[in-house]
Amino acid sequence: MTSTGAAPEAQATGAGGAALVIERVTKAFGSFVAVDDLTLTIQPGSFFALLGPSGCGKTTTLRMIAGLEQPTSGTLSIGGKDVTGTRAHQRPVNTVFQSYALFPHLTVGENVAFGLRRTRANDIAKRVADGLDLVELRHLADRRPGQLSGGQQQRVALARALVNRPALLLLDEPLGALDLKLRRQMQLELKRIQTEVGLTFVHVTHDQEEAMTMADTVAVMNRGRIEQMGSPAQLYELPRTTFVANFLGQSNLVAGTVVERDEKPGLLGVDVGGTRILVPQQRAVRTDGAVLVGARPEKMRLLVGDQAPGEAENVLGPGVVTDVSFMGVSTQYQVEIAGLGTFGVFAQNLLGGATVTVGSPVRLAWAVDFTFGLDGAEAADEGTFDLDDEL
Amino acid sequence: MTAVLDRVASPTPQGTAAPRRPRRRIGDMLVPTFAALAFAYLLVPVAYTVAFSFNDAGKTNLVWRGFTLDNWRNPCAAPQVCEAFANSLQVGFVSTIVATVLGTLIAIALVRFRFRGRSATNLLIFLPMSTPEVVLGAALLAQFLALRVPLGFGTVVAAHVMFCISFVVVTVKARVSSLDPALEEAAADLYASPLQAFWRVTFPLLLPGIAAAALLAFSLSFDDFIVTNFTSGAYTTFPKFVYVSATRGIPPQANVISSFMFVLALAIVVLVQVLGYARSKRLRAR
Repeated sequence: MTSTGAAPEAQATGAGGAALVIERVTKAFGSFVAVDDLTLTIQPGSFFALLGPSGCGKTTTLRMIAGLEQPTSGTLSIGGKDVTGTRAHQRPVNTVFQSYALFPHLTVGENVAFGLRRTRANDIAKRVADGLDLVELRHLADRRPGQLSGGQQQRVALARALVNRPALLLLDEPLGALDLKLRRQMQLELKRIQTEVGLTFVHVTHDQEEAMTMADTVAVMNRGRIEQMGSPAQLYELPRTTFVANFLGQSNLVAGTVVERDEKPGLLGVDVGGTRILVPQQRAVRTDGAVLVGARPEKMRLLVGDQAPGEAENVLGPGVVTDVSFMGVSTQYQVEIAGLGTFGVFAQNLLGGATVTVGSPVRLAWAVDFTFGLDGAEAADEGTFDLDDEL
Repeated sequence: MTAVLDRVASPTPQGTAAPRRPRRRIGDMLVPTFAALAFAYLLVPVAYTVAFSFNDAGKTNLVWRGFTLDNWRNPCAAPQVCEAFANSLQVGFVSTIVATVLGTLIAIALVRFRFRGRSATNLLIFLPMSTPEVVLGAALLAQFLALRVPLGFGTVVAAHVMFCISFVVVTVKARVSSLDPALEEAAADLYASPLQAFWRVTFPLLLPGIAAAALLAFSLSFDDFIVTNFTSGAYTTFPKFVYVSATRGIPPQANVISSFMFVLALAIVVLVQVLGYARSKRLRAR
């Protein structure tokens, strides 16, 4: 795909895609600030995900990149060219809309050709055929969108955007309307296509799993700001805010106070309900006062009876197992520790199923190296799912 | 009928007959009967008009005096009838075009844009529809007289455009509301300028609504007597001609033209249905 001729039209930038630079962009609707002083650089050829809950400003950001909204202040540039103030049809950007927005009065082929016709591109028929090949829908070129399934419509929308070889391809929750199985399949498909065409993809989603599977870089957005940005592994292993810790996967967070700066070299000593916990200084957002000590549930393990912890492990407890759910590959335990709260523990079922029963007294142990420290001023439940908020 | 009803009231004591059958038989008979009565009620005037277009009428076309095709051969034989018909077509076409264009633009503006006075416009647009036509006609006449506008083609068209616009706006608005705004955004996103986006995407998708609105406007305009009577002066449209000649006896040529319009309207409806059916069949066959 990428090699089939340098596109003659001014818009297309060819193979690598273009960088996007967002500088100090704010968007306010009346008194509501949807995007708050956002600065962001997206590398050419990367698969970038904007992840956040509904209303966090991610879709507004996407619409500003597309030119469907204009920022209240700040600038946007694509491939080094300032595009602030230009309109959607003047930007070398194409979007896959959440509702697909296929033109119902045109055939699939005409839909895919729409952008090429506007830019008077050469070789439209061939490029449309190639575009449909890429999403494996060439045999349906004469159908109308209304005759296709949801997954097929989604792929047409993708082809319609891709054939223009835009500097940036924007994806607005493109998989939201698909069922779970199809969504997983399309995630892999999208990733394959992105690698194949090598364009810059900007993907907006509220599905953390989707963002982590597909993107090279994930920016977690909350209340119009970027909370943290990095590779999925970085964000997961070392969250810097409670929102990220809770929104991306699950976290066990417990409040504590730093009592010693260098209990051991490079380690903070934190008092958690009378127990001393060690946190690597490098992995702590602040090194004094009130902190939240965190660890991912799969990093924790249960100590039964007088089983001894490892060398460099933190230990909490004793507590009581309150729930055991068998999940096939793993078992999920809930452990209640008086005065500290409930902790989740994921244990891989390496040697068969659950080994500990509800009501058993246990202690929790996890490697110091996987402990992280967050600002204690933040609410520990920031970014967790509230059942009332669920869509 | 009574026998059937009796069987329902007192089922056979032996219970040999299926108990539900008689009831169903009544339903089977009643529905077609009512339907036939309703159709007769609706179609008798039309049938009368068509039948008497073939009447070998003398001075009046009130009694049947024998079959003839003369009226259909020379529909313009009666004085003024074709002139009035042509006038009505002219008024109808001009009013329809003006009302459809303006009404469509108003409908799009009302749905797609937020502006001061939008809700007031939304409300006021219904006024011409709800005002009694006599009042409307009298008021228009008063205005035209006060402004010393000579009555004729122009005033009739102005009046017709005024009351047709409301119907066009209401009809097209429904269509615009059901149009996903993301489609226009997608067009813009795919490099279409606002004008291209309108002609390539918005307009084709609104077309069924616009066409329906135009047909409605035309039939309203062609049909109108009350407002026309007030605003036309010496200018004669077809409904006005029929009304005026009713005192002297309506010539059978008026029946011919009325029948022709009826057949034309019917043909359009049938054509649209057939085309729609053929299209859905073609799409299904793919």
